[in-house]
Amino acid sequence: MDVELILKVYPYFLKAAWITVELSVLTTVLGLICGALGAAARLSRFAIVRFLGAAYVSVFRGTPALIQLFLLYFGGPQIGIQLDAFCAGVIGLGLNIGAYMTETMRGAIISVDEGQGEAARTLGLSRAQSFRKVVLPQAMRLMIRPLGVNINAQIKGTALVSAISVVELTYTAQRYIGSTYKPFEMFFLAGILYLAIITITGKGVAYLDRRVRLQ
Amino acid sequence: MTQTHPFVEIRHAQKSYGKLEVLKDISLSVERGQIVAIIGPSGSGKSTLLRAINDLDPLTSGEVWLDGLQVNKSLPHRQYENHINEMRQQIGMVFQHFNLFPHLTVRENVTMAPKLLKKISDKEADALAEEQLDHVGMLERIDYYPSQLSGGQKQRVAIARALAMKPKLMLFDEATSALDPELVEEVNLVMKKLAEEHMTMIIVTHEMDFAASVCDRVIFMDKGLVVEEGPPELVFKNPTQERTQVFLRKHLEGAK
Repeated sequence: MDVELILKVYPYFLKAAWITVELSVLTTVLGLICGALGAAARLSRFAIVRFLGAAYVSVFRGTPALIQLFLLYFGGPQIGIQLDAFCAGVIGLGLNIGAYMTETMRGAIISVDEGQGEAARTLGLSRAQSFRKVVLPQAMRLMIRPLGVNINAQIKGTALVSAISVVELTYTAQRYIGSTYKPFEMFFLAGILYLAIITITGKGVAYLDRRVRLQ
Repeated sequence: MTQTHPFVEIRHAQKSYGKLEVLKDISLSVERGQIVAIIGPSGSGKSTLLRAINDLDPLTSGEVWLDGLQVNKSLPHRQYENHINEMRQQIGMVFQHFNLFPHLTVRENVTMAPKLLKKISDKEADALAEEQLDHVGMLERIDYYPSQLSGGQKQRVAIARALAMKPKLMLFDEATSALDPELVEEVNLVMKKLAEEHMTMIIVTHEMDFAASVCDRVIFMDKGLVVEEGPPELVFKNPTQERTQVFLRKHLEGAK
Protein backbone atom coordinates (compact mmCIF):
# COMPACT_ATOMS: atom_id res chain seq x y z
CA MET A 1 0.00 0.00 0.00
CA ASP A 2 1.31 3.40 -0.98
CA VAL A 3 1.11 5.23 2.34
CA GLU A 4 2.97 8.22 1.02
CA LEU A 5 0.33 8.72 -1.67
CA ILE A 6 -2.47 8.46 0.87
CA LEU A 7 -0.80 11.09 3.05
CA LYS A 8 -0.46 13.32 0.03
CA VAL A 9 -4.07 13.15 -1.16
CA TYR A 10 -5.96 12.83 2.11
CA PRO A 11 -6.57 16.58 2.58
CA TYR A 12 -8.54 16.53 -0.67
CA PHE A 13 -10.47 13.53 0.56
CA LEU A 14 -11.26 15.30 3.81
CA LYS A 15 -12.76 18.14 1.82
CA ALA A 16 -14.83 15.64 -0.18
CA ALA A 17 -15.86 13.90 3.03
CA TRP A 18 -17.22 17.23 4.22
CA ILE A 19 -19.44 17.34 1.14
CA THR A 20 -20.64 13.84 2.05
CA VAL A 21 -21.43 15.08 5.57
CA GLU A 22 -23.34 18.03 4.16
CA LEU A 23 -25.30 15.74 1.86
CA SER A 24 -26.02 13.39 4.76
CA VAL A 25 -27.23 16.15 7.05
CA LEU A 26 -29.42 17.82 4.44
CA THR A 27 -30.94 14.59 3.16
CA THR A 28 -31.57 13.44 6.72
CA VAL A 29 -33.34 16.68 7.60
CA LEU A 30 -35.41 16.53 4.42
CA GLY A 31 -36.05 12.84 5.05
CA LEU A 32 -37.26 13.50 8.60
CA ILE A 33 -39.64 16.17 7.34
CA CYS A 34 -40.96 13.90 4.58
CA GLY A 35 -41.14 11.03 7.05
CA ALA A 36 -43.18 13.03 9.54
CA LEU A 37 -45.54 14.24 6.83
CA GLY A 38 -45.72 10.77 5.31
CA ALA A 39 -46.48 9.15 8.67
CA ALA A 40 -49.14 11.76 9.39
CA ALA A 41 -50.67 11.05 5.98
CA ARG A 42 -50.55 7.29 6.50
CA LEU A 43 -52.40 7.71 9.83
CA SER A 44 -54.87 10.33 8.63
CA ARG A 45 -58.57 9.83 9.12
CA PHE A 46 -59.15 10.70 5.47
CA ALA A 47 -58.86 7.78 3.06
CA ILE A 48 -57.54 9.91 0.21
CA VAL A 49 -54.71 11.28 2.37
CA ARG A 50 -53.88 7.78 3.56
CA PHE A 51 -53.76 6.65 -0.06
CA LEU A 52 -51.38 9.48 -1.01
CA GLY A 53 -49.09 8.53 1.88
CA ALA A 54 -49.11 4.89 0.87
CA ALA A 55 -48.45 5.79 -2.77
CA TYR A 56 -45.45 7.91 -1.79
CA VAL A 57 -43.98 5.07 0.23
CA SER A 58 -44.53 2.40 -2.38
CA VAL A 59 -43.14 4.48 -5.26
CA PHE A 60 -39.98 5.57 -3.45
CA ARG A 61 -39.30 2.22 -1.81
CA GLY A 62 -40.26 0.29 -4.91
CA THR A 63 -37.77 1.83 -7.32
CA PRO A 64 -33.96 2.10 -7.16
CA ALA A 65 -32.73 5.35 -5.62
CA LEU A 66 -30.36 5.62 -8.56
CA ILE A 67 -33.26 5.67 -11.01
CA GLN A 68 -34.97 8.32 -8.89
CA LEU A 69 -31.82 10.46 -9.02
CA PHE A 70 -31.40 9.99 -12.78
CA LEU A 71 -35.04 10.77 -13.39
CA LEU A 72 -34.80 13.99 -11.40
CA TYR A 73 -31.39 15.17 -12.64
CA PHE A 74 -31.37 14.01 -16.27
CA GLY A 75 -35.11 13.76 -16.88
CA GLY A 76 -36.07 16.85 -14.88
CA PRO A 77 -35.05 19.47 -17.48
CA GLN A 78 -37.32 17.79 -20.00
CA ILE A 79 -40.33 18.66 -17.85
CA GLY A 80 -38.98 22.01 -16.75
CA ILE A 81 -37.20 21.06 -13.52
CA GLN A 82 -33.67 22.39 -13.74
CA LEU A 83 -31.57 21.57 -10.69
CA ASP A 84 -27.83 21.58 -10.14
CA ALA A 85 -26.37 18.22 -9.25
CA PHE A 86 -26.06 18.91 -5.53
CA CYS A 87 -29.66 20.07 -5.17
CA ALA A 88 -30.95 17.17 -7.23
CA GLY A 89 -28.94 14.83 -5.02
CA VAL A 90 -30.33 16.28 -1.79
CA ILE A 91 -33.92 16.33 -3.02
CA GLY A 92 -33.78 12.90 -4.63
CA LEU A 93 -32.13 11.13 -1.72
CA GLY A 94 -34.18 13.08 0.84
CA LEU A 95 -37.45 12.00 -0.74
CA ASN A 96 -36.16 8.46 -0.97
CA ILE A 97 -35.11 8.13 2.67
CA GLY A 98 -38.27 9.98 3.68
CA ALA A 99 -40.29 7.02 2.41
CA TYR A 100 -38.35 4.67 4.69
CA MET A 101 -38.62 7.11 7.59
CA THR A 102 -42.38 7.33 7.01
CA GLU A 103 -42.66 3.64 7.75
CA THR A 104 -40.28 3.85 10.71
CA MET A 105 -42.27 6.65 12.31
CA ARG A 106 -45.64 5.13 11.55
CA GLY A 107 -44.46 1.82 12.99
CA ALA A 108 -43.31 3.49 16.20
CA ILE A 109 -46.56 5.43 16.56
CA ILE A 110 -48.82 2.44 16.08
CA SER A 111 -46.80 0.29 18.43
CA VAL A 112 -47.58 2.58 21.36
CA ASP A 113 -50.18 0.67 23.39
CA GLU A 114 -53.70 1.59 22.34
CA GLY A 115 -54.69 1.96 25.98
CA GLN A 116 -52.44 5.02 26.23
CA GLY A 117 -54.46 7.05 23.77
CA GLU A 118 -57.67 5.70 25.29
CA ALA A 119 -56.67 6.75 28.78
CA ALA A 120 -55.83 10.23 27.53
CA ARG A 121 -59.10 10.52 25.63
CA THR A 122 -61.16 9.39 28.62
CA LEU A 123 -59.62 12.20 30.66
CA GLY A 124 -61.05 14.59 28.09
CA LEU A 125 -57.95 15.32 26.00
CA SER A 126 -58.59 16.02 22.33
CA ARG A 127 -57.10 13.79 19.65
CA ALA A 128 -54.32 16.29 19.06
CA GLN A 129 -53.55 16.73 22.77
CA SER A 130 -53.51 13.03 23.39
CA PHE A 131 -51.18 12.49 20.44
CA ARG A 132 -48.84 15.29 21.45
CA LYS A 133 -48.72 14.64 25.18
CA VAL A 134 -49.09 10.90 25.43
CA VAL A 135 -48.56 8.97 22.21
CA LEU A 136 -45.78 10.94 20.52
CA PRO A 137 -43.37 11.08 23.49
CA GLN A 138 -43.60 7.31 23.76
CA ALA A 139 -43.30 6.81 20.00
CA MET A 140 -40.17 9.00 19.97
CA ARG A 141 -38.43 6.56 22.25
CA LEU A 142 -39.32 3.73 19.96
CA MET A 143 -38.27 5.45 16.75
CA ILE A 144 -34.81 6.78 17.54
CA ARG A 145 -32.92 3.54 16.98
CA PRO A 146 -34.71 2.51 13.77
CA LEU A 147 -34.32 6.06 12.46
CA GLY A 148 -30.63 5.63 13.22
CA VAL A 149 -30.63 2.60 10.94
CA ASN A 150 -32.30 4.71 8.21
CA ILE A 151 -29.68 7.43 8.65
CA ASN A 152 -26.86 4.90 8.51
CA ALA A 153 -28.21 3.61 5.19
CA GLN A 154 -28.63 7.17 4.00
CA ILE A 155 -25.02 8.16 4.67
CA LYS A 156 -23.80 5.23 2.59
CA GLY A 157 -26.48 6.04 0.03
CA THR A 158 -24.94 9.46 -0.62
CA ALA A 159 -22.32 7.62 -2.66
CA LEU A 160 -24.99 7.32 -5.35
CA VAL A 161 -24.84 11.01 -6.18
CA SER A 162 -21.35 10.44 -7.57
CA ALA A 163 -23.28 9.09 -10.57
CA ILE A 164 -24.68 12.56 -11.22
CA SER A 165 -21.20 14.02 -10.71
CA VAL A 166 -21.53 15.59 -7.28
CA VAL A 167 -17.96 15.82 -6.05
CA GLU A 168 -18.35 13.92 -2.81
CA LEU A 169 -16.22 11.16 -1.35
CA THR A 170 -16.88 8.37 -3.84
CA TYR A 171 -16.61 10.68 -6.85
CA THR A 172 -13.35 12.07 -5.50
CA ALA A 173 -11.92 8.59 -5.04
CA GLN A 174 -12.79 7.75 -8.63
CA ARG A 175 -11.25 10.97 -9.88
CA TYR A 176 -7.97 10.33 -8.06
CA ILE A 177 -7.86 6.80 -9.41
CA GLY A 178 -7.93 8.35 -12.88
CA SER A 179 -4.73 10.27 -12.19
CA THR A 180 -2.89 7.87 -9.84
CA TYR A 181 -3.97 4.39 -11.07
CA LYS A 182 -4.13 3.28 -7.42
CA PRO A 183 -7.72 2.11 -6.85
CA PHE A 184 -6.89 0.17 -3.69
CA GLU A 185 -5.45 3.17 -1.84
CA MET A 186 -8.14 5.55 -3.04
CA PHE A 187 -11.12 3.35 -2.19
CA PHE A 188 -9.48 2.30 1.08
CA LEU A 189 -9.12 5.93 2.10
CA ALA A 190 -12.72 6.71 1.08
CA GLY A 191 -13.94 3.65 3.01
CA ILE A 192 -12.11 4.74 6.17
CA LEU A 193 -13.72 8.17 5.98
CA TYR A 194 -17.21 6.69 5.50
CA LEU A 195 -16.59 4.46 8.49
CA ALA A 196 -15.58 7.48 10.57
CA ILE A 197 -18.72 9.42 9.64
CA ILE A 198 -20.96 6.45 10.36
CA THR A 199 -19.29 5.62 13.65
CA ILE A 200 -19.66 9.16 14.92
CA THR A 201 -23.29 9.29 13.81
CA GLY A 202 -23.98 5.93 15.43
CA LYS A 203 -22.57 7.20 18.72
CA GLY A 204 -24.78 10.26 18.44
CA VAL A 205 -27.89 8.15 17.88
CA ALA A 206 -27.02 5.88 20.81
CA TYR A 207 -26.55 8.93 23.01
CA LEU A 208 -29.93 10.36 22.02
CA ASP A 209 -31.55 6.99 22.59
CA ARG A 210 -30.08 6.77 26.10
CA ARG A 211 -31.23 10.29 26.89
CA VAL A 212 -34.86 9.77 25.94
CA ARG A 213 -34.91 6.50 27.84
CA LEU A 214 -33.73 8.19 31.01
CA GLN A 215 -36.42 10.85 30.85
CA MET B 1 -88.47 21.92 33.45
CA THR B 2 -88.74 20.18 36.75
CA GLN B 3 -89.03 16.75 35.23
CA THR B 4 -86.59 14.47 36.96
CA HIS B 5 -84.38 12.31 34.87
CA PRO B 6 -82.10 9.52 35.98
CA PHE B 7 -78.51 10.60 36.59
CA VAL B 8 -77.15 8.10 34.09
CA GLU B 9 -79.47 6.65 31.51
CA ILE B 10 -78.82 4.20 28.73
CA ARG B 11 -81.65 3.94 26.24
CA HIS B 12 -81.93 1.05 23.82
CA ALA B 13 -78.20 0.55 23.48
CA GLN B 14 -77.39 -1.67 20.56
CA LYS B 15 -74.00 -2.46 19.10
CA SER B 16 -72.85 -4.74 16.34
CA TYR B 17 -69.47 -5.58 14.91
CA GLY B 18 -70.51 -6.59 11.41
CA LYS B 19 -72.94 -9.45 11.91
CA LEU B 20 -72.02 -9.99 15.53
CA GLU B 21 -74.44 -8.23 17.85
CA VAL B 22 -72.65 -7.61 21.13
CA LEU B 23 -75.29 -5.41 22.78
CA LYS B 24 -78.97 -6.09 22.15
CA ASP B 25 -81.26 -3.26 23.11
CA ILE B 26 -80.07 -2.53 26.63
CA SER B 27 -81.77 0.11 28.73
CA LEU B 28 -80.80 0.94 32.26
CA SER B 29 -80.46 3.86 34.57
CA VAL B 30 -78.32 4.72 37.56
CA GLU B 31 -79.21 7.26 40.22
CA ARG B 32 -76.79 9.79 41.62
CA GLY B 33 -74.60 8.22 44.26
CA GLN B 34 -75.55 4.70 43.28
CA ILE B 35 -72.97 1.98 42.87
CA VAL B 36 -73.79 -0.56 40.24
CA ALA B 37 -71.87 -3.72 39.44
CA ILE B 38 -72.10 -5.35 36.04
CA ILE B 39 -71.25 -9.02 36.13
CA GLY B 40 -71.42 -11.78 33.58
CA PRO B 41 -69.34 -14.24 31.59
CA SER B 42 -66.62 -12.96 29.29
CA GLY B 43 -68.02 -11.98 25.94
CA SER B 44 -71.32 -10.97 27.52
CA GLY B 45 -70.84 -7.36 26.41
CA LYS B 46 -70.34 -5.84 29.85
CA SER B 47 -67.08 -4.07 29.01
CA THR B 48 -68.52 -2.91 25.70
CA LEU B 49 -71.48 -1.41 27.52
CA LEU B 50 -69.21 0.33 30.00
CA ARG B 51 -67.03 1.68 27.19
CA ALA B 52 -70.14 2.93 25.40
CA ILE B 53 -70.98 5.17 28.34
CA ASN B 54 -68.06 7.51 27.57
CA ASP B 55 -68.29 6.71 23.86
CA LEU B 56 -64.93 4.93 23.77
CA ASP B 57 -66.77 2.16 21.90
CA PRO B 58 -69.56 4.05 20.15
CA LEU B 59 -72.97 2.42 20.06
CA THR B 60 -74.51 1.39 16.75
CA SER B 61 -77.78 2.84 18.00
CA GLY B 62 -79.19 4.04 21.28
CA GLU B 63 -78.52 6.92 23.62
CA VAL B 64 -76.41 7.55 26.68
CA TRP B 65 -77.36 10.40 28.98
CA LEU B 66 -75.46 11.84 31.92
CA ASP B 67 -77.07 14.38 34.22
CA GLY B 68 -79.49 15.64 31.60
CA LEU B 69 -77.00 15.78 28.73
CA GLN B 70 -76.71 13.29 25.93
CA VAL B 71 -73.17 11.91 25.79
CA ASN B 72 -73.27 10.35 22.32
CA LYS B 73 -75.05 13.24 20.64
CA SER B 74 -74.87 13.18 16.88
CA LEU B 75 -72.99 16.29 15.80
CA PRO B 76 -70.66 17.28 12.95
CA HIS B 77 -67.17 15.93 13.54
CA ARG B 78 -65.51 19.01 15.00
CA GLN B 79 -68.42 19.95 17.25
CA TYR B 80 -68.71 16.36 18.39
CA GLU B 81 -65.01 16.34 19.33
CA ASN B 82 -65.49 19.35 21.60
CA HIS B 83 -68.68 17.95 23.06
CA ILE B 84 -67.32 14.50 23.84
CA ASN B 85 -64.13 15.93 25.34
CA GLU B 86 -66.24 17.98 27.71
CA MET B 87 -68.44 15.01 28.57
CA ARG B 88 -65.45 12.79 29.18
CA GLN B 89 -64.02 15.26 31.64
CA GLN B 90 -67.03 14.41 33.80
CA ILE B 91 -66.66 10.66 33.44
CA GLY B 92 -63.62 9.08 35.04
CA MET B 93 -62.48 5.70 33.81
CA VAL B 94 -60.21 3.08 35.31
CA PHE B 95 -58.84 0.30 33.12
CA GLN B 96 -57.86 -3.28 33.74
CA HIS B 97 -54.30 -2.58 32.62
CA PHE B 98 -54.04 0.79 34.41
CA ASN B 99 -52.81 2.63 31.31
CA LEU B 100 -50.68 5.02 33.32
CA PHE B 101 -48.47 7.19 31.16
CA PRO B 102 -45.03 5.58 31.53
CA HIS B 103 -43.08 8.64 30.42
CA LEU B 104 -44.57 10.79 33.18
CA THR B 105 -44.12 10.70 36.94
CA VAL B 106 -47.01 9.85 39.24
CA ARG B 107 -47.50 13.57 39.87
CA GLU B 108 -47.51 14.36 36.15
CA ASN B 109 -49.91 11.52 35.44
CA VAL B 110 -52.36 13.10 37.84
CA THR B 111 -51.87 16.73 36.83
CA MET B 112 -51.54 16.49 33.06
CA ALA B 113 -55.23 16.58 32.17
CA PRO B 114 -56.28 19.23 34.74
CA LYS B 115 -53.38 21.44 33.67
CA LEU B 116 -54.23 21.13 29.99
CA LEU B 117 -57.98 21.29 30.23
CA LYS B 118 -58.68 23.40 33.29
CA LYS B 119 -55.71 25.72 32.90
CA ILE B 120 -54.76 25.53 36.56
CA SER B 121 -51.42 26.88 37.71
CA ASP B 122 -48.45 24.67 38.61
CA LYS B 123 -49.04 25.43 42.26
CA GLU B 124 -52.71 24.46 42.12
CA ALA B 125 -51.77 21.37 40.15
CA ASP B 126 -49.28 20.30 42.79
CA ALA B 127 -51.84 20.80 45.52
CA LEU B 128 -54.35 18.80 43.50
CA ALA B 129 -51.89 15.96 42.93
CA GLU B 130 -51.02 15.84 46.61
CA GLU B 131 -54.67 15.82 47.62
CA GLN B 132 -55.68 13.10 45.17
CA LEU B 133 -52.66 10.91 45.83
CA ASP B 134 -53.11 11.24 49.56
CA HIS B 135 -56.69 10.11 49.08
CA VAL B 136 -55.54 6.82 47.51
CA GLY B 137 -52.55 6.45 49.86
CA MET B 138 -49.93 7.10 47.20
CA LEU B 139 -48.55 10.45 48.30
CA GLU B 140 -45.16 8.98 49.15
CA ARG B 141 -44.66 7.86 45.58
CA ILE B 142 -45.54 11.18 44.00
CA ASP B 143 -42.22 11.54 42.18
CA TYR B 144 -41.86 7.92 41.12
CA TYR B 145 -42.39 6.67 37.61
CA PRO B 146 -45.13 4.08 36.97
CA SER B 147 -42.51 1.42 36.20
CA GLN B 148 -41.32 1.69 39.81
CA LEU B 149 -44.74 0.80 41.25
CA SER B 150 -46.54 -2.46 41.92
CA GLY B 151 -49.77 -3.26 40.08
CA GLY B 152 -51.94 -2.25 43.02
CA GLN B 153 -50.07 1.01 43.41
CA LYS B 154 -50.40 1.72 39.70
CA GLN B 155 -54.13 1.20 39.86
CA ARG B 156 -54.46 3.49 42.84
CA VAL B 157 -52.57 6.18 40.93
CA ALA B 158 -54.85 5.59 37.94
CA ILE B 159 -57.85 6.16 40.19
CA ALA B 160 -56.29 9.38 41.52
CA ARG B 161 -55.62 10.49 37.95
CA ALA B 162 -59.28 10.01 37.05
CA LEU B 163 -60.49 11.71 40.24
CA ALA B 164 -58.30 14.74 39.62
CA MET B 165 -60.71 15.77 36.86
CA LYS B 166 -63.47 15.83 39.53
CA PRO B 167 -65.76 13.52 37.56
CA LYS B 168 -69.44 13.05 38.33
CA LEU B 169 -69.30 9.40 37.43
CA MET B 170 -66.59 6.77 37.66
CA LEU B 171 -66.37 3.72 35.41
CA PHE B 172 -64.26 0.75 36.46
CA ASP B 173 -63.45 -1.80 33.78
CA GLU B 174 -62.25 -4.88 35.66
CA ALA B 175 -59.97 -2.71 37.73
CA THR B 176 -58.58 -5.59 39.77
CA SER B 177 -58.51 -8.39 37.19
CA ALA B 178 -54.88 -7.88 36.22
CA LEU B 179 -53.63 -7.73 39.80
CA ASP B 180 -51.89 -10.37 41.86
CA PRO B 181 -54.38 -11.62 44.47
CA GLU B 182 -52.56 -10.01 47.37
CA LEU B 183 -52.78 -6.59 45.70
CA VAL B 184 -56.52 -6.66 45.02
CA GLU B 185 -57.50 -5.56 48.51
CA GLU B 186 -55.69 -2.21 48.45
CA VAL B 187 -57.56 -1.24 45.29
CA ASN B 188 -60.87 -2.49 46.65
CA LEU B 189 -60.33 -0.39 49.75
CA VAL B 190 -59.92 2.74 47.66
CA MET B 191 -63.11 1.91 45.76
CA LYS B 192 -64.96 1.33 49.02
CA LYS B 193 -63.78 4.71 50.23
CA LEU B 194 -65.20 6.32 47.08
CA ALA B 195 -68.46 4.47 47.70
CA GLU B 196 -68.63 5.94 51.19
CA GLU B 197 -68.14 9.37 49.67
CA HIS B 198 -71.18 8.71 47.47
CA MET B 199 -69.37 8.74 44.16
CA THR B 200 -71.60 7.36 41.44
CA MET B 201 -69.85 4.27 40.11
CA ILE B 202 -70.44 1.65 37.48
CA ILE B 203 -68.17 -1.30 38.03
CA VAL B 204 -67.54 -4.18 35.67
CA THR B 205 -66.11 -6.89 37.86
CA HIS B 206 -65.47 -10.59 38.36
CA GLU B 207 -65.33 -10.23 42.10
CA MET B 208 -68.68 -11.25 43.47
CA ASP B 209 -67.75 -10.69 47.11
CA PHE B 210 -66.72 -7.15 46.39
CA ALA B 211 -69.85 -6.51 44.34
CA ALA B 212 -71.99 -7.93 47.12
CA SER B 213 -70.40 -5.81 49.82
CA VAL B 214 -70.17 -2.48 48.04
CA CYS B 215 -72.83 -2.23 45.37
CA ASP B 216 -76.42 -1.08 45.60
CA ARG B 217 -77.37 -2.98 42.53
CA VAL B 218 -76.07 -5.84 40.47
CA ILE B 219 -76.68 -6.29 36.77
CA PHE B 220 -76.09 -9.71 35.28
CA MET B 221 -75.43 -9.66 31.55
CA ASP B 222 -75.15 -12.53 29.11
CA LYS B 223 -74.89 -12.55 25.33
CA GLY B 224 -75.51 -8.85 24.99
CA LEU B 225 -78.58 -8.76 27.19
CA VAL B 226 -79.37 -7.77 30.74
CA VAL B 227 -80.62 -11.07 32.10
CA GLU B 228 -81.27 -10.07 35.66
CA GLU B 229 -80.82 -7.09 37.90
CA GLY B 230 -81.53 -6.17 41.46
CA PRO B 231 -79.98 -5.61 44.86
CA PRO B 232 -76.97 -7.89 45.47
CA GLU B 233 -78.65 -9.92 48.21
CA LEU B 234 -81.34 -10.92 45.73
CA VAL B 235 -79.21 -11.50 42.65
CA PHE B 236 -76.54 -13.42 44.53
CA LYS B 237 -78.73 -15.34 46.99
CA ASN B 238 -81.90 -15.91 45.02
CA PRO B 239 -81.30 -15.46 41.32
CA THR B 240 -84.51 -15.97 39.37
CA GLN B 241 -82.99 -16.66 35.98
CA GLU B 242 -81.39 -19.95 35.14
CA ARG B 243 -78.48 -18.33 33.31
CA THR B 244 -77.66 -16.30 36.40
CA GLN B 245 -77.77 -19.41 38.56
CA VAL B 246 -75.46 -21.31 36.22
CA PHE B 247 -73.01 -18.41 36.04
CA LEU B 248 -72.91 -17.92 39.80
CA ARG B 249 -72.50 -21.63 40.47
CA LYS B 250 -69.59 -21.85 38.04
CA HIS B 251 -68.06 -18.78 39.53
CA LEU B 252 -68.29 -20.12 43.07
CA GLU B 253 -66.69 -23.37 42.02
CA GLY B 254 -63.94 -21.39 40.31
CA ALA B 255 -63.32 -19.41 43.47
CA LYS B 256 -62.88 -22.59 45.50
